[in-house]
Amino acid sequence: MLKKEDKIFKNLYNEFGWEIENSIKRDDWKDTKNIISKGRDWIISEIKLSELRGRGGAGFSTGLKWSFAPKEVGSRPHYLVINADESEPGTCKDRDILRFEPQKLIEGCLIAGFAVNAHVCYIYIRGEYFNEGKRLQEAIDQAYEKGFLGKNACSSGWDFDIHIHYGAGAYICGEETALLESIEGNKGQPRLKPPFPALVGLYGCPTIVNNVETIAVVPTILRRGGKWFASIGKPKNTGTKIFCISGNVNSPCNVEEEMGIPLKELIEKHAGGVIGGWDNLQAVIPGGSSMPLLSKKICDTITMDFDALIENKSGLGTAGVVVINKNQDIISCMARIARFYKHESCGQCTPCREGAGWMWRILDRVEKRKATFNDIELLSDVTKQIEGHTICAFGEGSAWPVQGLLRHFRKEIESRCREEPLIKKKTNNPYLVDQHLLENKNA
Amino acid sequence: MSLKKVHGEQPKEFKFSSENLKKAEEILKKYPEKNKKSAVMPFLYLAQRQNNNWIPLAAMKYIANFLSMPYISVYEVASFYSMYNLAPVGKHFIQVCTTTPCLIRGADKIVKLCKEKISPKENELSKAGNCSWMEVECLGACVSAPMIQINDDYYEDLDEKSTKDILDSLIKDKPLKPGSYRGRANTSPEKKQTINGENHA
Repeated sequence: MLKKEDKIFKNLYNEFGWEIENSIKRDDWKDTKNIISKGRDWIISEIKLSELRGRGGAGFSTGLKWSFAPKEVGSRPHYLVINADESEPGTCKDRDILRFEPQKLIEGCLIAGFAVNAHVCYIYIRGEYFNEGKRLQEAIDQAYEKGFLGKNACSSGWDFDIHIHYGAGAYICGEETALLESIEGNKGQPRLKPPFPALVGLYGCPTIVNNVETIAVVPTILRRGGKWFASIGKPKNTGTKIFCISGNVNSPCNVEEEMGIPLKELIEKHAGGVIGGWDNLQAVIPGGSSMPLLSKKICDTITMDFDALIENKSGLGTAGVVVINKNQDIISCMARIARFYKHESCGQCTPCREGAGWMWRILDRVEKRKATFNDIELLSDVTKQIEGHTICAFGEGSAWPVQGLLRHFRKEIESRCREEPLIKKKTNNPYLVDQHLLENKNA
Repeated sequence: MSLKKVHGEQPKEFKFSSENLKKAEEILKKYPEKNKKSAVMPFLYLAQRQNNNWIPLAAMKYIANFLSMPYISVYEVASFYSMYNLAPVGKHFIQVCTTTPCLIRGADKIVKLCKEKISPKENELSKAGNCSWMEVECLGACVSAPMIQINDDYYEDLDEKSTKDILDSLIKDKPLKPGSYRGRANTSPEKKQTINGENHA
């Protein structure tokens, strides 16, 4: 369990006040000038030493990402972009950082901006977080007043400005290239990679995109040393992480814990246990809706870190833990997630645009006990047709949860299927998947 | 990508108010001069707030002229993002999160209450004409589920009783305060209690 003094986000529940005076008392903006004076290379090597991995879902090494930015500024300026478009079902950690620890984020922006040669930073906040954005703007204004931002920010000799850009309710804008498109004033549709944003990003300039939580832990790491951060958690999965525990638990909450904490301990110690007791557990989605669910048997022993979850064919993602107990209908839970992806697909790649709807309709049929056994194979086939055939990772994100359901709850699905399709005529039309719709006049 | 209907009756003209013009100038300063197209999203928000929470086509044309970009690009953006309303919504615009984390904590009960109290169908004005509701995807407050958003504010930790109270207060035009309805401090863990005969936090 994480020691109290090792917690990075001490004001996660706003017990001590978010204003700049209060956050300075919690050691924000301490020695920032000193840290910057040690230079770019020191900052990047210290972050590499800490083995910090991105907190937005993919878990890419942050130090490595920063080192991809060109060393010298050429004809194009560099940009830093913060991804606060938190829309993954099950995740609400960035919201608390924006509301209650904004100075950690702002200080992190200055340091990260200096490390990647950027003078301008855009923070992309999802549109629904209107009040959180207002709060962040107040915090930015306070930082300007103190001279921590603007010309010669924090007397470091580095000019630095932060602007907020609101999204408008598109989940896909959490994908980094879609986010850049959105800032440029276009529809949020992801770009083909390569070129990666580190070389060709916002307005065609080198751009580093990082998650809120990743940037907010940077100042503390640099103050206390990369070695300190690396000593918490497990090798290659170091440091602390904010877990969001929601669903059928007695006290859902956000909590900062060390990486590699056993899932059972996390749920029982912090979230008051599963409603109806641990034996009433049906499944857990460990990292936001894109990550395949885990059966109870795996939940008994699994630890919450990137590598252990990948071994179990899932992933840490954003660490949004959704607990589902036996009182819930697992099929309808997953059908709702499939509907989410159908709604949020940007429509650019055919496999995802069409496949997401397909998966939802089949799961909907299973839920209503109108599916046939052939549908199970079809469902599995559709997930494989989407996975790996799209521009961005949204395809995987929509296919994996369904694959997880098929892996762990195949018997449950089979028990709801029947031999005979509802419409016996024209059963051999391979392209006519939604035969049940023929009955509807709207089909 | 969501399907959205453009409203049948459109005002002929739209202009930013002088206050919003000042705000627009401030917004333009955020972006490099040759990339002023970036301001299209904040401008659409300004137009939406000025025009009772929905965007008429005239506003899109106005913004297109303002930023010297094709009208269709503005239309594209306005119809792509789900938070731009292209038809009128209630003065109290209720968005019910129904994605899985909220669903398993009882969001369907809230939807049912909205259907009873406000309008049987989504995106329809209530009898008094001051409320409308719709189902939305995850609003990012999952540990406070179930929750609803009314205009800009989050109402969290709801149950049937508190939702009824909130909806009634909206119908009477005296909205209750946003925040947690179990009286907890933000997203901290709480002690166990019994609500509606069920164990809840």
